[in-house]
Amino acid sequence: MLTIKNLNARIEEKEILKGLNLQINAGEVHAIMGPNGSGKSTLASVLAGREDYEVTDGEVLFEGKNLFDLAPEERAREGLFLAFQYPVEIPGVSNINFMKTAMNEIRKHKGEEPYSAPEFMKLVKEKAALLGLDKEMLSRYVNVGFSGGEKKRNEIFQLAVMQPKLAILDETDSGLDIDALKTVSNGVNSLKSDNNAFLVITHYQRLLNYIVPDFVHIMYDGKIVKSGDKELALHLEEFGYDFIKNQEVGV
Amino acid sequence: MLKEILIKGFEKFNAGLNGEADNPIHAIRNNAFALFEQQGFPHKKLEDWKYTRLSKLVQNEFNIPDSASIDENSVKPFLIPELKSNLIVMVNGIYNKELSDIKGGEEYFIGSISDGAEKYPDLVEKYFAKISNFTLNPLSALNTAFAREGVMIYTGKNTGIELPVYILNLIDAQNSLPIAQPRNLFIASEGSSFKVIEDFHTIGSNTNYTNAITEIYCGKNSNVEYYKIQDDSDKSFHTGSTDVKQERDSLFTATTISWGGSLIRNNLNILLNDENIETHMYGLFYARNREHIDNQTFVDHAKPHCESNELYKGIIDDNATGVFNGKIMVRTDAQKTNAYQSNNNILLSENATIYAKPQLEIFADDVKCSHGATTGQLDKDAMFYLRARSIGENEAKVLLLNAFASDVLDKITIEELQAHLRNLLLKKLKREL
Ligand SMILES: Nc1ncnc2c1ncn2[C@@H]1O[C@H](COP(=O)(O)OP(=O)(O)OP(=O)(O)O)[C@@H](O)[C@H]1O
Ligand SMILES: [Mg+2]
Repeated sequence: MLTIKNLNARIEEKEILKGLNLQINAGEVHAIMGPNGSGKSTLASVLAGREDYEVTDGEVLFEGKNLFDLAPEERAREGLFLAFQYPVEIPGVSNINFMKTAMNEIRKHKGEEPYSAPEFMKLVKEKAALLGLDKEMLSRYVNVGFSGGEKKRNEIFQLAVMQPKLAILDETDSGLDIDALKTVSNGVNSLKSDNNAFLVITHYQRLLNYIVPDFVHIMYDGKIVKSGDKELALHLEEFGYDFIKNQEVGV
Repeated sequence: MLKEILIKGFEKFNAGLNGEADNPIHAIRNNAFALFEQQGFPHKKLEDWKYTRLSKLVQNEFNIPDSASIDENSVKPFLIPELKSNLIVMVNGIYNKELSDIKGGEEYFIGSISDGAEKYPDLVEKYFAKISNFTLNPLSALNTAFAREGVMIYTGKNTGIELPVYILNLIDAQNSLPIAQPRNLFIASEGSSFKVIEDFHTIGSNTNYTNAITEIYCGKNSNVEYYKIQDDSDKSFHTGSTDVKQERDSLFTATTISWGGSLIRNNLNILLNDENIETHMYGLFYARNREHIDNQTFVDHAKPHCESNELYKGIIDDNATGVFNGKIMVRTDAQKTNAYQSNNNILLSENATIYAKPQLEIFADDVKCSHGATTGQLDKDAMFYLRARSIGENEAKVLLLNAFASDVLDKITIEELQAHLRNLLLKKLKREL
């Protein structure tokens, strides 16, 4: 589904991704862990198409297409979804209007008719219930006045409505209490299928108890320095990143 | 030059007014014109005219039309859909009875200012050209000199006009280069209320000029809502002043929407003449291509315990220019004043320009006043967020700008008008209009 080869990217002359490789296939769940500043969000942003970053080397194929040929909205329409670490507040645009506009763009891309109002409401209500999202939040402006946890929930709600092929979750678990974490994880798990894949960025093993990864990668200084199965996350939880850092210094 | 055309035009116009010497409107014409003749059009050396130059205006060979008629079918496309109103159609600044449709009522008057002067000479004498001080403003003097068939609204004590008064100003620029000088007088007696819309449109593709004055008197405890909508052609010049005087316990709301015209200059002057007055000023302007839109507001707090609240939003694209100058005066007597002003502008292109200037002059010490002005581009993070959810760049832009403008459109209390303007805004943002 996604192939990243030797990805190098920088922002304002600062090299952040330094030769990153990753292969994600349909049906898989990958987790990326790594210390603050190692480049996890940068990777997510580059994949989603944020223009502040300059890709200096490497390539990314998404469903066989060169990702960098596509504008951010085209990537989204092709089925790439980023749940933001810091969801943006958009005053004056209601959540529901936003979702409807987005969904109809995707449907248009697929050559489908726009949703009728009742069809759309049905879908939205079903997914809101799945994520335990208050109906009142649908009519509110996008993320405006939402608590940290509500913002994260809203991201996963959007994910549930849009049903992308590849979902990147950037620290969706941070700031969630344990109940919210369970709801969000259940939501994600219920969306898992053989046709889609998840890339979960997190600092905490806690999340991986609920969303169980097939692979765990450790990112350090712009590269993936170690990959393993879910045991790797447990190891990290216990020993921290020091062993990676020491290894790096040793190399 | 335009001034010479006006001098000749005034002689002819004045000669045609024989027998109206008793009319209170007529009595001050000569004085007003003399003042205009002496001062001429405002020039850029005047502080208030620094950013708005009339040189492109005055070089035109305009005509002063003495009468104008258009057929009903050419009015229809401009009407606000679904709106039930007291409709007044003005053609080239002149009240057109055939095209107007006034529901009428015992307790109020809606009609031409000359009919009003016959029916209520004392009222006209008392208020006409008293709220607008033409000695300070040559454009107001010019309008006063030519004032004749504008609109008068008068509501008696504790009455109201059920349907909004909808004044559709059409300027007919099909065969000539017309000047229109609508002159309106609205008087709300104690405890009365009404809503009024002034909507400006152009027919035809010639250059044209509107110089408009509206005077509004808000009596004690009255409630007046005033809307000015400018949707003229890219060959239209508009200079206009809305001058308001509010008495004790009154509530006045002005909403000014400007999004069509080659050059627009609006003055909104509000005098808070007694205690416990509430005033709201909302504005939205959207300037594109080479348009120039200038809004000058002046709220004059003369007495204690009043509140004014101002919100102006501007979107400027292409090579267009916006000007916002918001002056708040709080005089020595005006203790316990609350005065708020906020002006936010979005520049959509590198060649778009905004001159924004808040001006607070506070002479009382126990007051709450604040102002905030921001100018920026579209929020990049919000744009990316929308695009990352598959919304195309243009669509995302429209969504954000529409949201930006909503703060102002949300305030409109006439539902049909609000829906109409929302719809127009979307079309304009999508460049369908
Ligand atoms: N606009 C910018 N200009 C300069 N440096 C930047 C900019 N944005 C990010 N960086 C730097 O890029 C590096 C990687 O940041 P990134 O947000 O990708 O890290 P992260 O792994 O997601 O960290 P965290 O775990 O704290 O979320 C950091 O050193 C950060 O300071
Ligand atoms: Mg991060």
